[in-house]
Amino acid sequence: MRDFYGTSLPNGFMLGTAQYPSPAILADAFKRSGASVATVSLRRESGQNRAGQDFWELIRDLNVHILPNTAGCHSAREAVTTAYMAREVFDTKWIKLEVIGEEDTLQPDVFGLVEAARILSEDGFQVFPYTTEDLVVADRLLNVGCEVLMPWGAPIGSGLGLNNVFGLRAMRAHFPDVPLVIDAGIGVPSQAAQAMELGYDAVLLNTAVAKAGDPAAMAEAFAKAIEAGTLATIADPMEQRDMAEPSTPVIGKAFLS
Amino acid sequence: MIPSVTIIGAGVAGLCVARTLTDRGAEVTLIDREADLGIHACSWWAGGMLAPFCEGESAEEPVVRLGQEAAPWWQAKTDAVINNGSLVVSLARDKNDLKRFSRRTEQFEEVSSTQVQALEPDLGNRFQKGLYFSSEAHLAPRRALAELRATLLADGVTFIQEDADLDAYAQKGITIDCRGYQARDSMNDLRGVKGEMLVLSCPDVTLHRPIRLLHPRVPLYIVPRGDGIFMLGATMIEGVAGQHVTARALLELLSAAYALNPIFGEAEILEIGVDSRPAFPDNLPRIRRSGNLLQVNGLYRHGFLLAPAVARMVCEHVFDQTQPELMDEIAA
Repeated sequence: MRDFYGTSLPNGFMLGTAQYPSPAILADAFKRSGASVATVSLRRESGQNRAGQDFWELIRDLNVHILPNTAGCHSAREAVTTAYMAREVFDTKWIKLEVIGEEDTLQPDVFGLVEAARILSEDGFQVFPYTTEDLVVADRLLNVGCEVLMPWGAPIGSGLGLNNVFGLRAMRAHFPDVPLVIDAGIGVPSQAAQAMELGYDAVLLNTAVAKAGDPAAMAEAFAKAIEAGTLATIADPMEQRDMAEPSTPVIGKAFLS
Repeated sequence: MIPSVTIIGAGVAGLCVARTLTDRGAEVTLIDREADLGIHACSWWAGGMLAPFCEGESAEEPVVRLGQEAAPWWQAKTDAVINNGSLVVSLARDKNDLKRFSRRTEQFEEVSSTQVQALEPDLGNRFQKGLYFSSEAHLAPRRALAELRATLLADGVTFIQEDADLDAYAQKGITIDCRGYQARDSMNDLRGVKGEMLVLSCPDVTLHRPIRLLHPRVPLYIVPRGDGIFMLGATMIEGVAGQHVTARALLELLSAAYALNPIFGEAEILEIGVDSRPAFPDNLPRIRRSGNLLQVNGLYRHGFLLAPAVARMVCEHVFDQTQPELMDEIAA
């Protein structure tokens, strides 16, 4: 598996920490998922004092890599400020960069994204940009210093799966050496398996687990799907074909009917 | 022997425990850092929904079960309860959230657009479907607290204003710590969950029961307080420390109210509130004992809903030495 800014992860499961019924259920979900990365969204008003720290303590106790997230930021400037805060709170260079451009689809503002990615990369951050499957934007992000790309599967929280399989496949083919993560839009485990089968390095999801009736069970289901997809890719799947091909030889068989 | 009990913290938990203990004949002293009810207490900003079944959407089983004690208890002790059920709706484009809500809850009936309109004419025909929880109730929280306080005073309970030294009191006798998030110093697993809410005046709208508007990002409830007054709440934000309401929260809450009925655009904002709900990692309350000291905490967003059941357990523990289900290991 490709590594993420020099860190190699034991699996391709990145799990979000928002929207769970309680921190106890969140911790259960992480335990059963075996996820190697936890994303955490920070708000601008998140503070350094204790009332603000209680929840972060619980996240640190998960003992996984923490990927702070600039969720809900609508401008490059806002995202950059949040990133600085995240670096202080979690003492990490990693930042999942989200600059939202449109409220209904929560699709990334790719212009603000590239701008914020440039500022943060120059300042030593290791940026995980939440982007679309647009190859030109992807190129720009790599040019300004990103070494990981996180295209969306579908709009955040929609659970629609991989909306543009062609685009995602093209992205994989176009950037064979760049670690790629499907971020957002995953609803059920089969979609996560599909992402891994496309050759992606990881999937990042949150709502699909947090909003499931039994988040911990769903987390395990995703872990298994991601493992299956990863294994399938390594195993080199067969090619599709238009005609049936019998799996047992016909020659020499008795035709009795 | 008549037990003599000191309760520290006169918010909803402290007052309910005091009421229940007094009813069984204990001699109770209530201590708070403020002279009267007010904005320093989390319960001042409560919505006052007594909605155990709706809460079941995201809360654990004990909340649904124990929460059912709330409405009858408050009805017996105060005149602040209104038994009109509660109504859950979503905008058409979020209809799947309503489906999900119905899968996770019980004791409701699905109602059509016409039925929604019959229950709440002021919602008009904006909602094609709703869930009606007819057995739920709501109360006016500040009135309920004031009434509890008044009857306790009448029953001879002593109220003292001071910054109490817990240990000093615990040396002398049974002491119950009901300070909510203020107890964070001695409870490492307690955290604060920020909540922001508004009180609006909108005499043009009449609602008869709490309405929950489901939304993937900004779920909202609105509780009628009578006389055209409404409580609008409430955000749930982890990991923040702000003492003030953010512009974003205000925008989100108000635009959700506007979606419920555009007339809310004309409402006057009477109060803007913010607090830190005390919660344990599973968002369930705890009764924790260490010698003479009992700590009651973690009522989270369920102060009025769970305080009666928690108070009952504390009382049974004090009088009958029972081990309540919410009691965890003795604090180290």
